[in-house]
Formats: sequence, C-alpha cells, structure tokens
Amino acid sequence: MNGYLIAAYTATWIIHIAYLSTLVSRYSRLKREIEELKKK
Amino acid sequence: MSAPTGITRATLLKDLRLEWRSKDAINSMLFFSLLVVVVFSFSFDPNAEESRRIAGGLIWVAILFAAVVALNQTWAREIRNQVLDAYRVSPAPANSLFLAKAIGNFIFVSVLEALMTPLFVVFYQLRPLGPVWQLLIVAALGTWALVVNGTFFAAMSLRTRSREIMLPLLLFPISIPALLGMVQATTNILTGEGARVWIALLLSYDLVFTTACLILFETVLNAE
Amino acid sequence: MKKTFPIFGILTAILLSCALYQALVVAPTEQTMGEVQRIFYYHVTSAWTAFILFTINFVASLVYLIRRNPAADMVALVSAEVGIVFCTIVLVTGPIWARPVWGIWWTWDMRLTSTLVLWLIYVSYLVLRRFSSSGETPLLAATLAIFGALCVPFVYFSIWFFRTQHPQPVIGGGGSIDPRMMHVLLINWLAFSCFAFLICWSRYRLEKLQREVEQAQAMESLTQSSRSPR
Repeated sequence: MNGYLIAAYTATWIIHIAYLSTLVSRYSRLKREIEELKKK
Repeated sequence: MSAPTGITRATLLKDLRLEWRSKDAINSMLFFSLLVVVVFSFSFDPNAEESRRIAGGLIWVAILFAAVVALNQTWAREIRNQVLDAYRVSPAPANSLFLAKAIGNFIFVSVLEALMTPLFVVFYQLRPLGPVWQLLIVAALGTWALVVNGTFFAAMSLRTRSREIMLPLLLFPISIPALLGMVQATTNILTGEGARVWIALLLSYDLVFTTACLILFETVLNAE
Repeated sequence: MKKTFPIFGILTAILLSCALYQALVVAPTEQTMGEVQRIFYYHVTSAWTAFILFTINFVASLVYLIRRNPAADMVALVSAEVGIVFCTIVLVTGPIWARPVWGIWWTWDMRLTSTLVLWLIYVSYLVLRRFSSSGETPLLAATLAIFGALCVPFVYFSIWFFRTQHPQPVIGGGGSIDPRMMHVLLINWLAFSCFAFLICWSRYRLEKLQREVEQAQAMESLTQSSRSPR
C-alpha cells in the first residue's frame, strides 16, 4: 500500500492518541489531588 | 443623544492634546516607521521587478507592525492613573470611551501612514496605474479594520500576563481576511486592475467588526 | 451515566474499525491519484468534525454571554480544544496528500489556507484562556469566540475570491463524487463524530473535576488562613 497513505492514517491516530493520553494523565493527577484534599 | 458623542469628543480631544503636548509617543513612532521602511528596503530589494509587485503587501505589513506598537500603549495612560476604574463607575456609556480611543488610534496610525507611504513610493519607485483616490479609501478602510479590532483586543490584553505579545497574538489571526483585502486592493490599484470587490470586503468587515466591538466593549471593560 | 460511556466507547471503536476497513479496502480506487486518494476519507471527515465543533463553540459562547452559565463555558472550552485537534489532523493529512499528488508539501489552496486561518483563530482563543489573569476569563474568552466566529465567513470569502484571481489546484479536487465513495465518506464521518463526542465528553468530565479541585483548594487555603494565629 502507498507509503503516504499509511503515513496519513498513522499521523491521524498518533495525534488522537497523544491528545487522549494528556487527558488520561491529567485525570489521574487530579484524582490524586482530590484524594489528598479529602484526607485533610 | 448628545451626551455620548460629547463624551467621545471630549475623550478624543483630551488624548490628542496629551499626545501633542508630550510628543514622546509621536516622535518615537515616527522614527520607528522610518526604520521599518528602511529595513524593508534592505530586505526586499527595491530595484527588483518582483519587489514592485509586492509593494502593496510590504506597505501594509509595515503599517501593521507600526500599528501594533502604537496600539500597545493605547490604554497605558488609563491604567497608570486608574482612569478605567473611574470610567467603570461613571454612568458614561462604555462605547463612547471605546470610540474615542479607536478614533484616536486611527488618527495616530494615519499620521504614520502619511509618513511611510511617500517613503515607500520613493524607495520603490511606485507609479500607481489605477485611480489614486481609491487608494485613499483602501487606506482608510484598512486602517480602521486594524485599529478597531486592535483597540478592542488591547483592552482585552490588559487582563493577561504578557500583555504586549497578547495583542498581536489575538489581532493577527482575526485580521487576516482584512489584511488580504487591503493588500490585494492596494496591489490591484497599483497595477491598474479592479479593486472593487476587495473594497466591498473591507467595508463589510469594518461594519461587522465595528458593530461587534461597540456591542461587546462594555462587557470587556467591566470584566475584572 | 457511568455505564453508557464504556458501552458507547466500544460501539465507537467498532464503528471506527468498520469505517477504516471501508476506507482502505471497500472504497473503489480513484483513477488519477490511485491509493493515496484514500487519505480523503480521514482528511475531509476531520475537517467537517472540526467545523461542527467550532460551531458548537460559537453557540456555547453566545449562551455564556447571555446567561453566564458555567456549563456553557465548559462546553465552549471543550469544543474549541477538540476542534483544534481535528483541525490539526486536517493540516497534517493535507500536505501528506498534496506531496505525492502535486509534488509540493503545501499549496496555498483555498481549503488548506482557510483551515490554517481557522486553526490560528482558535489557538489564539486557547492562548487567551491560558494567559488570562482575570477572574472573568470565561467572559473574555466568549467575546473572542464571537469575534472568531464572525471572522469565519470573511476568511472563506476572501480566500475563495483570492483564488479565483490567482487559481491554484485544489486539494481534494472539485467535481462530482462516486456514490460508493460518498457512502464510505459518510460512514467515516459518523464514526469520527461519535469519536469526537466521546473525546468531548471525557474532556468535559476532566474540566469539571479540575474546577472542583480548584474550588476545594481555594476553600482549603481560606480555612487555613482563618485558622492561623494573627
């Protein structure tokens, strides 16, 4: 299959996965913070 | 009905009088404009045939940069003397203040243009093939497009960190259609082609955004 | 609420896989461009999705200006951010498509240029939100969003008219489209719309949590300072 085609589809998914990973890491960090705040 | 226009005129005259008395801003801006023209002349060889074709673009980019420097200090005096707080509690309509500032900036940038344009014409040996009076219309509409949004975004930038960079950051993307219009209209007039559509674009852009600024300025002024 | 999210997620994943298969295998090969043309199914659907998200941003900002509803502000923020993600994909897949077809990475063609300006406008929106030190950031942001939305028709018209004066080949071409390709395009659009909805939903929940944490932290510092001896 065409290299450019693969590159385009891969790039699309890399961008989506990258954005979702930032959401996931921010979410886990916030969860930790809210646990700490609840302990106090 | 006379009260808002009276306030606008009073604020405008006060600004012009202060500028004229101090002459700080005017002198440094005039020198800055000269520098911009010279730097452009070194960067884009005035003798090359291509440069004459892009002269319309060069003039407007130069004006854009000069305008940003001018716009950045639009509200500086008001901030220093807490005038904005006084304005917020006064019954005066917010858009009178906005209009005064915008018109003041318009006059200021027009003075800069009046200096820069002859220099460009001389350095780049420009001979407009189209009607020159149309160039004045384009200049007025284009300058107003930059100034009306610029004054508004300058007010918005007051409440941000990195105030000076925030103004061009907000202004440039929104101004792109107007910029395209100004540059294309100018280039077309210089080469003798029709600029009517671009002038119509600039006119409608100006109308839409002036209305938006007048409606929304009160919101921005009162935002803490 | 908690159960629908994973179910919807799995459905979307299935839909996306189907759509991918359709795009790569089922759709007919284009005559002039060949296999590379299949980029079209991801490029165009991302563009449509981005546009819808920016429209949502406009409506949400308008609602916020009129009603000062915090939920509207969150929707505006979420739709702008996710819209920019999809817009970025358009700007990345466009050049990847242009290179083999036209030989150059970037053509200042009508669609790509307009998308770039749109991207710039909404990135400046996010920058304002990030750099604002005001207590009324949502209000300022909503105002900027209105300006951005007002600008969009001007962007499209000015660039379109410029291109009629200085014609250039258009990425994605004009003209009629094979109905089988249209079918595949719509399936991909449905799949990505569901996916975009999921991302927005997640981002919305994240924002809600963020604001709760900030409020809790503010309360924390208030009670601490009132407890400390004068």
